[in-house]
Amino acid sequence: MTTRRAFLASLAAATAAPRLGWAAAGSPDWLGAAKEPDGSYGLHGIRTDGSVAFSIPLPARGHAGAAHPKRAEAVAFARRPGHYALVIDCLTGVVARELTPPEGHQFNGHGAYSQDGRWLFTSEQMAADSAGRVGVWDVGAGYRRVRDVATGGIGPHELRLMPDGETLVVANGGIATDPEDRTKLNIETMAPSLVYLSTDGALLEQVVLEPDLSQNSIRHLAVRGDGLVAFAMQWEGGAGAATPLLGLHRQGGAVVLAEAPLAEQMLMKGYAGSVALSGSGREVAITSPKGGRLHRFAVDGTFLGAMARADVCGLATHPAGYLASDGLGGLLTVDADGARPLARGEMAWDNHLVALG
Amino acid sequence: MRLAFALVLLATPVTAGVEEVVTDHIRPGLSAFVEQTTALELAADTDCRAPALRVPFHAAFDAWLRIGDLRLGPTEHAAISIAFWPDDRGFTQRTIGALVRDEAPAVSDPEAFSEVSVAGRGFFALEMLMYDPLYRDYRRDDYRCRLARAISADLAAQAKALRAAWSDFAGTLTSGGADGNATYLSPEEATRAVYTQILSSLEFTRDSRIGRPLGTFERPRPKRAEAWRSGRSLHDALVTVEAAVETATLLAGHDLPETQAALLRLRDVAGNVTDPSFQSVDDPGERLKVEIVQQRVKEVEAAIEAEVGAPMGIAPGFNSQDGD
Repeated sequence: MTTRRAFLASLAAATAAPRLGWAAAGSPDWLGAAKEPDGSYGLHGIRTDGSVAFSIPLPARGHAGAAHPKRAEAVAFARRPGHYALVIDCLTGVVARELTPPEGHQFNGHGAYSQDGRWLFTSEQMAADSAGRVGVWDVGAGYRRVRDVATGGIGPHELRLMPDGETLVVANGGIATDPEDRTKLNIETMAPSLVYLSTDGALLEQVVLEPDLSQNSIRHLAVRGDGLVAFAMQWEGGAGAATPLLGLHRQGGAVVLAEAPLAEQMLMKGYAGSVALSGSGREVAITSPKGGRLHRFAVDGTFLGAMARADVCGLATHPAGYLASDGLGGLLTVDADGARPLARGEMAWDNHLVALG
Repeated sequence: MRLAFALVLLATPVTAGVEEVVTDHIRPGLSAFVEQTTALELAADTDCRAPALRVPFHAAFDAWLRIGDLRLGPTEHAAISIAFWPDDRGFTQRTIGALVRDEAPAVSDPEAFSEVSVAGRGFFALEMLMYDPLYRDYRRDDYRCRLARAISADLAAQAKALRAAWSDFAGTLTSGGADGNATYLSPEEATRAVYTQILSSLEFTRDSRIGRPLGTFERPRPKRAEAWRSGRSLHDALVTVEAAVETATLLAGHDLPETQAALLRLRDVAGNVTDPSFQSVDDPGERLKVEIVQQRVKEVEAAIEAEVGAPMGIAPGFNSQDGD
């Protein structure tokens, strides 16, 4: 843990340093958090060729993060229930700021910057009843908390900014959790949703699945440049149900659910950990660390193929197709011809890869 | 004494045994599986009525269980259509029901039958036909007899295809770290993959093969036992644990005294279970006996973790163990 004194010292240092862009941090294309071989945690900048642009220590295991669009600055969220988030200067590795949600709020592991980097939006829930909130922070004013707005659902997880720069898409996972230990409290009655909000909090659209999929928690998101939203789900119902784990949606349109043939679908173990569009934008993939599997689909929902890789979870758009990361330190590119190892380190890559730019 | 022990630990190779597991367990296991399913197919050709199929059915099922929980490479996919279980939503019941009701012509064409829903193929589909009172009393000229023959032939074909697929995949598993091997980026990863399957098998036996019929004390779920219709539930648990111990021993490359002792204790308490199909777990005395079997499986797991996993420095998956 960062001590308060170290934190204040690093804060002073960061404030004094000039603001520099990502080029100065070695021009990474993605950020990935990891557990290091010595058991500590770190944040790494990764380039398209799999090389590491920078590596800096994190004081604890994070969940996901968000990268500032211009400055070499990232916010790393604590694991749920999250009581803090760290703004990290990726040039120096110092914690520039610690963000604390208002009393009674918890961070839910994901966030997104506005396109100009002026605002940070954080996925949050009320500790008492898991009601979803989006926290809005004024980055320019030193990450001042400005307001929060309701997500219209329980237990939101990932949120993303839509290409218009003014609309947020939020995955309301639907799961109410115990404020202390993440115990799931409402599996029988959970009601996940995908919602579109204006950044000032107006609920623009709410998407819910058929009742027999109400136990399919909508958790992770990917957005294509034209506004196509891909959402990844995790099944909370009985084992072997082989429900679809990927949905595709456009504002105002109908949901397309995507699934593999039954046998292949079962190998995902009811769990999708990350979702990403391919480099061409013509396909989309999900990963299942529980199944050690990656599934590729066309954007019309047609199943294209599977790839097996132990503990695969992190997934991002790569010019060649996708970049996948795993708990064994592997970085692989994936395309229609299969997987190709790009790099292998001693670290265990954590759940997500965060794209820059 | 203490120094000697430390030296032994250091001498333990990190990458042991994957070749041995392939050569001495998987390959012969696949051959036995092909042999036994072929025998089942031949038996069904001669007489497809349920009583005539019992012996080859059990022999083929045993051959499968000795390798079926090593869900690596081609077995990952094949396992679904060879042994479709658990099946809470009753896919097998529905598929067999529909095939029989419609007298679907797929039974006379092996290629068409291989396109039948995975739930209508494999051991559990055949078990339903052979043992469920709704279906089992069929005659030679009944559609169900032809269906049993088709499932048997399909199982033999699946076994042959699986063995063929493994002749490729064995190379992948034993060449971790080689150029172009995107599945195992180092030999250690292959070792880890085999080890993980050993533990998953034991965990599956404990949680599902035994745990599912146990349900809760207030609500036991005997019909959720694996292969209860054919009375194999306890047997399946034992066969898979024995296979896991054999695999672990080959992977480690040396004897596993604690694990062997735990296996003996498991066999010992398994003998106390009166109803091997776990259909009496609503009786508190019988339930307790099954719970003790479950505990002994857990002890085999712990012994393998101590004797194989810990010395090799293998920890559970970072992401797969931790939902998000």
